[in-house]
Amino acid sequence: MESFSLILAIVVVTALAFDFTNGFHDTANAMATTISTGAMRPKVAVAMSAVLNLVGAFLSVEVANTISKGLVDEAGIRPEVIFAALVGAILWNLLTWLVGLPSSSSHALMGGLIGATIASAGVGAVHGDVLVTKVLIPAIAAPVVAGIAALLATRLTYSLGKKADGKASEKGYRAGQIASAGLVSLAHGTNDAQKTMGVITLALVAGGAVAPDSDPPMWVILSAGLAIALGTYLGGWRIIRTMGKGLTDLQPQQGFAAQTSAATVILASSHIGFSLSTTHSVSGSVMGAGLGRRGGVVRWSTATRMFVAWGLTLPAAALVGALAEYVTGFGSWGTAVVAVFLVASSAAIWKISRREVVDHTNVNDADEAEPAGVVTTAMAAVTPPPAGTATEDPVPSFPAQAAAERTPSTTTTV
Amino acid sequence: MKIDWAALGSVFGVSLVVTVALVGLFTLGITGLSRRERAAAEGGSAGLAVTGAYACFAACAAAVGYGIYLIVA
Repeated sequence: MESFSLILAIVVVTALAFDFTNGFHDTANAMATTISTGAMRPKVAVAMSAVLNLVGAFLSVEVANTISKGLVDEAGIRPEVIFAALVGAILWNLLTWLVGLPSSSSHALMGGLIGATIASAGVGAVHGDVLVTKVLIPAIAAPVVAGIAALLATRLTYSLGKKADGKASEKGYRAGQIASAGLVSLAHGTNDAQKTMGVITLALVAGGAVAPDSDPPMWVILSAGLAIALGTYLGGWRIIRTMGKGLTDLQPQQGFAAQTSAATVILASSHIGFSLSTTHSVSGSVMGAGLGRRGGVVRWSTATRMFVAWGLTLPAAALVGALAEYVTGFGSWGTAVVAVFLVASSAAIWKISRREVVDHTNVNDADEAEPAGVVTTAMAAVTPPPAGTATEDPVPSFPAQAAAERTPSTTTTV
Repeated sequence: MKIDWAALGSVFGVSLVVTVALVGLFTLGITGLSRRERAAAEGGSAGLAVTGAYACFAACAAAVGYGIYLIVA
């Protein structure tokens, strides 16, 4: 650690910030169904998820070792590139959180990396076929697989459980949901905390602080685990609301079927070696469970917005990553500009989010509040808001107006 | 470009079978327990149903254990 330069320190801090947004972006994956069906109280649920994420972070370093290899040539990587990539990923995570849409943190990270790498080393440094096999196909496959499994499981549990009622069944479904949600949390900790460890390690290697091909140092594992746990505990309540209430109305049976399907898909895929995004699996299984109940509905307008966000995740993060990398190319002051921009726009997004607070007290309120506040007029075109919902906020509410470069990608976000 | 259809297919198959089996087992377990509840209310007992229910739950617990093993390994 002798040559621990300033840029390396910045990268490490930014990576931990990304880890934090990752945690609170993805709390919904594990806990949305549990919270919306009332199986656990919101605070208890996120606390459990946080602990399991922390535990998961210590369980292995395999994912950390793969993230840095394969997608981009390590040779073309400088710490600034990783910094730029993280900026793209963090901003996309915060933006989707603001509008309450679940999207894959890993895609945001990969997008940022790809964009920054292209800006730094040219298109040739990105492996296009890896992009298709590791990003595009899984993004389509995950919700389909998890959705079909959840749909069939929901049908089955309703028909088999016709005679199950009363206290016993209530307790049973609650326990089942908690167990499967716990598994998802644990799997998330091993996967996503490790992605950050991988990125930090990659930066340390790129900066020459650590020998190539070494495992993440202990302080990296510890801080990455803590960052993701803290993020999880603070909870991305907006996304939890969308997943638990916005996509469909879940009953305990459906919540159980959905979460079990998601846990199975995540574990099966990572074990068989065809990794699927947690976010995509959970969203798919929630929708499948919604369709599986007789009379259940999926709100396709919300789902469509979510799909659009998925499609935009990689290019948007890549664009920001590329711009950030371009600016850092001007030298130290360029890096400083990007850092200031990151902090300022994060603060702006947070400020806007305070206009309409979503937290553990109102996370289960139905969707009448959902289209209000932060939704842009562009979104209104996609989703006609239910009659009577807030039109009190026609103000252009996207934060990054300050930076004109961001605006094109944000207006197409929805 | 090589897409690993076999892996994708087996993810699909395994997920489907395991999910449906687990949810089915668990529901049977719950049904068994609520039968006991009803039987108790009527003053009877439902020994077989309860034994079956606990067998189902044990199988589910084993699956969760295997899941944790997969995460750790």
